[in-house]
Amino acid sequence: MEFIRFCFDGVKEIFRGGKLYWSWMGVLAVVALFGASAYLQQLQQGLVVTGMSDQVSWGIYIASFTSLVGIAAAAIMLIIPAYIFHDMDIKEIVIPAEGLAIAACVMSMMFVLIDLGRPDRMWHLLPYIGRFNFPKSMLAWDVLVLNVYLFLTMIISVYLLFSKYKGKEPKFSIYFPLVILSIFSALSIHTVTAFLFSSNVARSFWHTGLLAPRFIASAFSAGPAFFLLTALVMRYTKVFPVKEIAIKRLTTIITIALEINLFLLLAEVFTEFYHQTEHSASAAYLFFGLGGKTALVPWIWSSVFLNISALVIFVLPLKKNTIFLALACLFLVVGVWIEKGMGLVVPGFIPTPLGEVYEYTPTFIEVQISMGVWAIGLMLYTILAKISIAVNLERIRLT
Amino acid sequence: MSEKNNPAKTVETPENSDVSRRELFKKTAIAGTIAAAGAVSTTIAASNVESGGLSDALDEFFQKHYQEMSKEEMQKAIARLERKAKEKHGKEIHIGNTPPLEGVLFGYALNISKCKGYRKCVDACVAENNQNRDTTIQYIRVLELENESMNFEEADHYYDRETVPHTGKKYFPIQCQQCENPPCVTACPVEATWKEADGITVIDYNWCIGCRYCAAACPYWARKFNWSEPSIPEEKINPETHYLSNRPRMRGVMEKCTFCLQRTRKGKLPACLEACPTGARVFGNILDPKSEIRYVLENKKVFRLKEELNTEPKFWYYSD
Ligand code: SF4
Ligand code: SF4
Repeated sequence: MEFIRFCFDGVKEIFRGGKLYWSWMGVLAVVALFGASAYLQQLQQGLVVTGMSDQVSWGIYIASFTSLVGIAAAAIMLIIPAYIFHDMDIKEIVIPAEGLAIAACVMSMMFVLIDLGRPDRMWHLLPYIGRFNFPKSMLAWDVLVLNVYLFLTMIISVYLLFSKYKGKEPKFSIYFPLVILSIFSALSIHTVTAFLFSSNVARSFWHTGLLAPRFIASAFSAGPAFFLLTALVMRYTKVFPVKEIAIKRLTTIITIALEINLFLLLAEVFTEFYHQTEHSASAAYLFFGLGGKTALVPWIWSSVFLNISALVIFVLPLKKNTIFLALACLFLVVGVWIEKGMGLVVPGFIPTPLGEVYEYTPTFIEVQISMGVWAIGLMLYTILAKISIAVNLERIRLT
Repeated sequence: MSEKNNPAKTVETPENSDVSRRELFKKTAIAGTIAAAGAVSTTIAASNVESGGLSDALDEFFQKHYQEMSKEEMQKAIARLERKAKEKHGKEIHIGNTPPLEGVLFGYALNISKCKGYRKCVDACVAENNQNRDTTIQYIRVLELENESMNFEEADHYYDRETVPHTGKKYFPIQCQQCENPPCVTACPVEATWKEADGITVIDYNWCIGCRYCAAACPYWARKFNWSEPSIPEEKINPETHYLSNRPRMRGVMEKCTFCLQRTRKGKLPACLEACPTGARVFGNILDPKSEIRYVLENKKVFRLKEELNTEPKFWYYSD
């Protein structure tokens, strides 16, 4: 009964909001519709409407999927200090961060869905009913761990929110095992997504054991950075008074993860280039172009530039300035998005296993559909964050 | 197509059998699970409803995995697919289902000193296997390499075939290597692709979800995707097909070379071999000690591509 009231109050909260809220949601809805119309076109004509080809058979959809899996970790880096080490300052922002994790998970699943040639046959993936190639296929693993992570994150957030709503302390014996499970599943979504690529002997660019640690390091920087960015916005718009100390904590986490990520990247680049073999062709193409073809070169160098600028801001006192801090977060999110997406997925296909250098540029429709997915994800995040803030500020509670 | 001349309609009666009722129950259960996602409506929108009617669209949606269909289900599916193929391509098409032959493991060998790069094999393959002519899907890629080089990154994929052979060059045709240990099969999340008993890796075009993970996993760039709805001029259609090979495909699914199993399982030779003007190709059963392919394997200095990947190709190259 209480739970029904809770849900009801939550839904009511979605429809309460000022001008700023409604215009934000309105813009997102328009972008989402824009994306949906493009998707309809893709459904009717097939994936020819994208820039993908037999040579480069995955493009920005899978690239976005890969980097969003990283964002989905955002919450974990907050849950650990809050619920394992009982850091009270972090606790109050955990649930909005969980909201981001849920939204990122949903978005990454949507990106896989829109990438399918036959989305109507999705049910073939269901165990028992379809034919789920588990445990052999890494893609099957990925589908599984993503769902588990999404499910756990939802359970935890609902439980924590509901306790707060009732004005009760969450029970240790309930949330602790869930939190431990969700930490492992957060690690597993990155590891498995990295394995999805690194298990391919056919693609030497991906075929490296460093991929999984790199995924985790970049996720633990980009995820919290994305969240910090939104937290700064929340503070600026006076939606939620995020404490200075919480921001400091986040900054520390991001900086360390970012440093590790850049170190791993450097190690990889060194190995590729010190003695260039046939296997370094993809890396050479990515950073310098191959045979006069250079489509990815501007991407990767902007990513390098963005990552380094972010690092500079994070290690200097400059980060005390909110604008610079927000900028650094933005740089980091975009930088990692490129590095994990266009900088990792696409060059794996170039050159092809038969040595052909065939380039890929996303089409307008592809960009449109991707923007639609982002819009839906941001709407979801906004709603979830709004509800959790309302509960946290005790604007809605059991009376 | 109107309902009158749609035979599938009459089959779908309730008193048919117990099996069909159980089927119906299972279908309803599955439908319930996914209806929320709107998947059903997507299929109906995506498949050609206007040509087959709702019942065909539903049957197609619920069609089982090739290896799970009973004999009758298989017959029904094939009948429907043949009917739909006729509607689409305007030609009677026969979809065979010959199983692998006992004691046969197919292997291919290619003499690179004979190959002159005419690409007749490519043409014959496209004609035989009903590939989409719009996006020019080709299963065989012939590389032009410097005589002394084996570095594919320096190969020319688009050399001028009219003037071949070019001096100082060699030609290297590559198609699916029918790996004994195929990474494409492990990759597929829904088991839509597998290795048959005669060693041929096949795809169930009605089960593939089009994720293209197998294409990323194949070290020989052998898997080709239907980015658009395949279109083939009526007079170019090869009506003699096999379910697991050259039957008409649909958009959004993967396809690949099957060593022409529609022919080879009936004792014929692959189309690419027959078309080769230089006689560079040797095909046969590697389990048969008297076969020509066995002679080549035993007496020539053969090698395989990317052996270090442990894919165990059943495609060998040699030179005299
Ligand atoms: S060559 Fe490629 S498609 Fe053919 S069996 Fe090997 S991995 Fe699969
Ligand atoms: S594209 Fe089809 S055959 Fe290939 S992995 Fe995906 S579902 Fe399997």
